[in-house]
Amino acid sequence: MSVLYVLIPVGLLFLAGAIWAFAWSVRSGQFDDLEGPAHRILMDDDDPNIPEDARVRPKQTPVEKPPE
Amino acid sequence: MARQQGPGQQCFHCGLPVPKEFDYLVPVLGEQRTMCCHGCAAVAQAIVAGGLEAFYQHRTAPSRKAEDLVPDELRQMELYDQRRLQQGFVEGESAAVRSASLILEGITCAACVWLSERHANALPGVLEFSVNYSTHRARVRWDDARIQLSAILKAIATIGYIAHPFDPGRQEQVLKKEKALALRRLAVAGLGSMQVMTLAVPLYGGADGNMMHFLRFISLLLATVVVFYASRTFFIAAWRDLKGWRVGMDVPVALAIGGAYAASVWSTFRGGGEIYFDSVCMFTLFLLTSRFLEMGARHRAGQAAENLVKMLPATAIRLREGEHEAVAVADLAPGDLVLVRPGDTVPVDGCLVEGASSVDESLMTGESMPRPKGVGDGLVGGSVNVESPLVMRVEKVGEDTLVSSIVRLLDRALAEKPAIARLADQVAGWFVGAILLLATGVALWWAAHAPEQAFMITLSVLVVTCPCALSLATPAALTAATGALTQRGLLITRGHALETLARVSHILLDKTGTLTLGRLRLERVIPLRGLDEERALALAAALEARSEHPVARLLAEVGGGTLRAEQVSARPGHGVEGEIEGVRYRIGSPRFVSELSGSPVDDTGAEGRTRIVLGDETGPLAWFELADSLRPDAAETLAKLSAMGMQVRILSGDAIGAVAAVARALGVEHYSAGMGPEDKLAEVRELQRQGAVVLMIGDGVNDAPVLAGSQVSLAVGGGAQLAHASADMVLLSERLENIVGGIHMARRTVRVVRQNIAWSIAYNLAAVPLAAAGYIEPWMAAIGMSLSSLVVVVNALRLKN
Repeated sequence: MSVLYVLIPVGLLFLAGAIWAFAWSVRSGQFDDLEGPAHRILMDDDDPNIPEDARVRPKQTPVEKPPE
Repeated sequence: MARQQGPGQQCFHCGLPVPKEFDYLVPVLGEQRTMCCHGCAAVAQAIVAGGLEAFYQHRTAPSRKAEDLVPDELRQMELYDQRRLQQGFVEGESAAVRSASLILEGITCAACVWLSERHANALPGVLEFSVNYSTHRARVRWDDARIQLSAILKAIATIGYIAHPFDPGRQEQVLKKEKALALRRLAVAGLGSMQVMTLAVPLYGGADGNMMHFLRFISLLLATVVVFYASRTFFIAAWRDLKGWRVGMDVPVALAIGGAYAASVWSTFRGGGEIYFDSVCMFTLFLLTSRFLEMGARHRAGQAAENLVKMLPATAIRLREGEHEAVAVADLAPGDLVLVRPGDTVPVDGCLVEGASSVDESLMTGESMPRPKGVGDGLVGGSVNVESPLVMRVEKVGEDTLVSSIVRLLDRALAEKPAIARLADQVAGWFVGAILLLATGVALWWAAHAPEQAFMITLSVLVVTCPCALSLATPAALTAATGALTQRGLLITRGHALETLARVSHILLDKTGTLTLGRLRLERVIPLRGLDEERALALAAALEARSEHPVARLLAEVGGGTLRAEQVSARPGHGVEGEIEGVRYRIGSPRFVSELSGSPVDDTGAEGRTRIVLGDETGPLAWFELADSLRPDAAETLAKLSAMGMQVRILSGDAIGAVAAVARALGVEHYSAGMGPEDKLAEVRELQRQGAVVLMIGDGVNDAPVLAGSQVSLAVGGGAQLAHASADMVLLSERLENIVGGIHMARRTVRVVRQNIAWSIAYNLAAVPLAAAGYIEPWMAAIGMSLSSLVVVVNALRLKN
């Protein structure tokens, strides 16, 4: 159990690192918009990442027109 | 392929009704879609051309009607490329890379953000374009060598959003710093608590000897950081309260945290006794969390007011020794001469020195019918010059302008606390005083009976009580509700508005501008003396082709293109004269037109409608009747309001015929016509004498005394009504159905506040005796208190939806 005398201070160092990382993320503006990410995941944004030869253009399917 | 439109078609893009004469279709998502105007059609085509049709699948609200950009506006965008102008809002990161903040107008839902981001990011040279979903502020980084800022702004305009350069201003920085600070404190408290609680497990589990001391000292170290950094706010606030001989909510909190910490330190050094580091940290964490949530709601409500300042333009044209120079509005000083072209917005308050034109003062008056201005008249910053160029001498700039003072009024109004919150504060004060006395009493009693438990029990009593529900949650409920309503377009400018709105029994509405759109529509053309309708329209359109007046634009759009007028001259406020195919014509007010022929023109049969006449040297040729259209959601809204149990009445200054027609169309039984402001006020007073709670809905200007006289008032219309400190609420979204939502929200808010107060009382009545009797340990008290305040704040936050 005496290893705890070493491990706990090491844990504290990690804690200091965690606090610094959080402060950095606040500073770089990641907490400015708390609602945006929730909406972004619903949008299809990966089109630019699809390689050219794999792209599929959406077909213009004719829709049933109601009788005039 | 054109198709005849039936009446009542809706524009696919913006949802507004399609005028009969317009039958432009745009293919979107595999089907031909109807459009209401060239603007919407152009925007839809741009969206489809960019491969961004998915926008229409994902959007949850109709888009804003797209106005065609006037060439002047496009030129103004090019001004933004000038380095001097960019100083206010652009940062240069390196030689060519620049970044700027913009504010986007026209965003109605999340898909709009996606659309503008995709479109802008696809432009070559744009390095980054990201939009904040809540504030509609955009951050753009671009390579100045490859693309100019004006090109980016124009590209955004083609898909229907107007981007303004945005200078965040001091208020924004302050709020941002406050939030960052709160987040850091929260992180320290959270991470520290986690560590301390981990260390507390073996301590509770029976560690002893050197290990115990070691763990205690580490806990002390962590708790010290938490107490002196994260809890500092509580100590500072408590000290401020005590210095002012007040006892606020923070005093028992500070006492509890300070006392527990000190006692634990003492125990640690003494080598025995209880330590409370875990309670202290947890307590701090929970309190900071609830405060943070409340602060978020408060900030969001405040940002709505900030967004309104963007109405003032950032650039202006200064005249110096006959030279035109484009300057930033911030550089203007009183005494400068400024040129305001037709279509431009007046940049600051000033006095007209040269030229004659009419000016759209809807910013102040709510009427979009322009008012004539001549030399010597005052001009208000934010109004729009309609007809001809004007030269203005600057009188007031920056903070002194009317718009700035209005925004200040708004800020102040938002800061006002409603009666119930002030009462809550007072009660909280008494409550805390009572708690401190009780704690002292408990300490003394237990010191006499069982001294070793005295400290712990006193601590529990101090910690377990929660006056927060009274001081914290009522404002949290109000700000959450205000923020939610602001997002939907209903701006609350007075603290008491929500409470009173929940109790409303009678609703009085103005007609013009409130129930009607305030926008003119060509209702009828009455040609005289054998002239046919088409020719009359063509003549009128030719005369009005170059005027920016709303009536002119309407006529030009309907009849335009076939004829051309020469020697056109306009007399602001009266009409236009010109020569077509050798004949002189005039169009405008009856008196103006009759001057040409020399004989008076008969203006009877008007029935409260706006009529203009076209005539030549032989006499009148045709009448054009213009009518205002009812708001599409007016009937449904009034029906819902009646169903909710409120009596709806229409009060109008217009003639009885027009008012009766509107009342019939909307299904309203009680209406009065021909009322001046004093008459309307008298009716309000009469109702109030009978015990009614009156909500007055009007357009702000001539209804000012009535708005002030009702218990709660609402002004309808765009940026206009900011000018009216006399209205308690402003309907920015121009959708009447938001009023129904507003009343529902007000009733919910009052319910939530009552729930919170009831919970707080119940909790305290239960917890305090238990703590005094010694059944609650400090850590339980910490959890109880924090959870109680969290419950109250979360309950308040439910109102956000």
